[in-house]
Amino acid sequence: MIAWFTIVQIVVAVLAGALAVGVGLAKRPPSDLTLGGAALVGVLLMAQVVVAAFAPAAGNPPTGNPYEFWAYLISALVLPPVSILWALVERSRWSTVVVGVACLAIAVMLYRMLVIWTVQSA
Amino acid sequence: MTGVGVVLVAVYGILALAATGRSTVQILTDFSEAPVAYALSALAAVVYIVATVALLAPGTVWYRVAWITISFELIFVLTVGTLSIVDADLFPRNTVWSYFGLGYLLVPVVLPVLGMLWLSRHRPPAGGGRL
Repeated sequence: MIAWFTIVQIVVAVLAGALAVGVGLAKRPPSDLTLGGAALVGVLLMAQVVVAAFAPAAGNPPTGNPYEFWAYLISALVLPPVSILWALVERSRWSTVVVGVACLAIAVMLYRMLVIWTVQSA
Repeated sequence: MTGVGVVLVAVYGILALAATGRSTVQILTDFSEAPVAYALSALAAVVYIVATVALLAPGTVWYRVAWITISFELIFVLTVGTLSIVDADLFPRNTVWSYFGLGYLLVPVVLPVLGMLWLSRHRPPAGGGRL
């Protein structure tokens, strides 16, 4: 895991999440902008999979439990496609909020992943 | 399922996903380290999955199941939350409900209250029907 990349990812997820929650509460249905934000979060997560898969071989192994790390990463990966699909099927303002909530949850999961990788000793 | 209920279900679904993944790993890798805490994490995961399904499924039976799981959830988050502060030795490893769900941004303690508010306003019509 690369710390700066993960922090960029968390910032993107928080921004995309706050944007979608805000736009949704302003009673707008899902748009290219809000769904694009969630899609970007999803693409960055895929990049994170590649980084996490190769980092240990490059002398950067997780300090915490690698299985717990991957459980979070795989859970997070599921969220953008599911929430985007949901938003495409049901085009209500609440779907926009759901997309935002998913992005914010991903931000929290990424933070947990960063903690597991870098500062946990157990 | 329409309106703000969709958001409620989404949050339950995300919590179910996160709790399931975490407790599965905890139990498979080092269950002996903190059996009580990890068993509780697994219980929490199951409760969140059932609550998610019960909120989505139509009818009076599922409505009752939703009330039961969400009440259960509130009782547990308050009990485990208090115990984890009063007697830290009891839970050497964190559960979803430790410190009232602080590790999950206190969502676990807020969610059952929102769930109950939503349920009380969306009683299904007698003789079945959608939630």
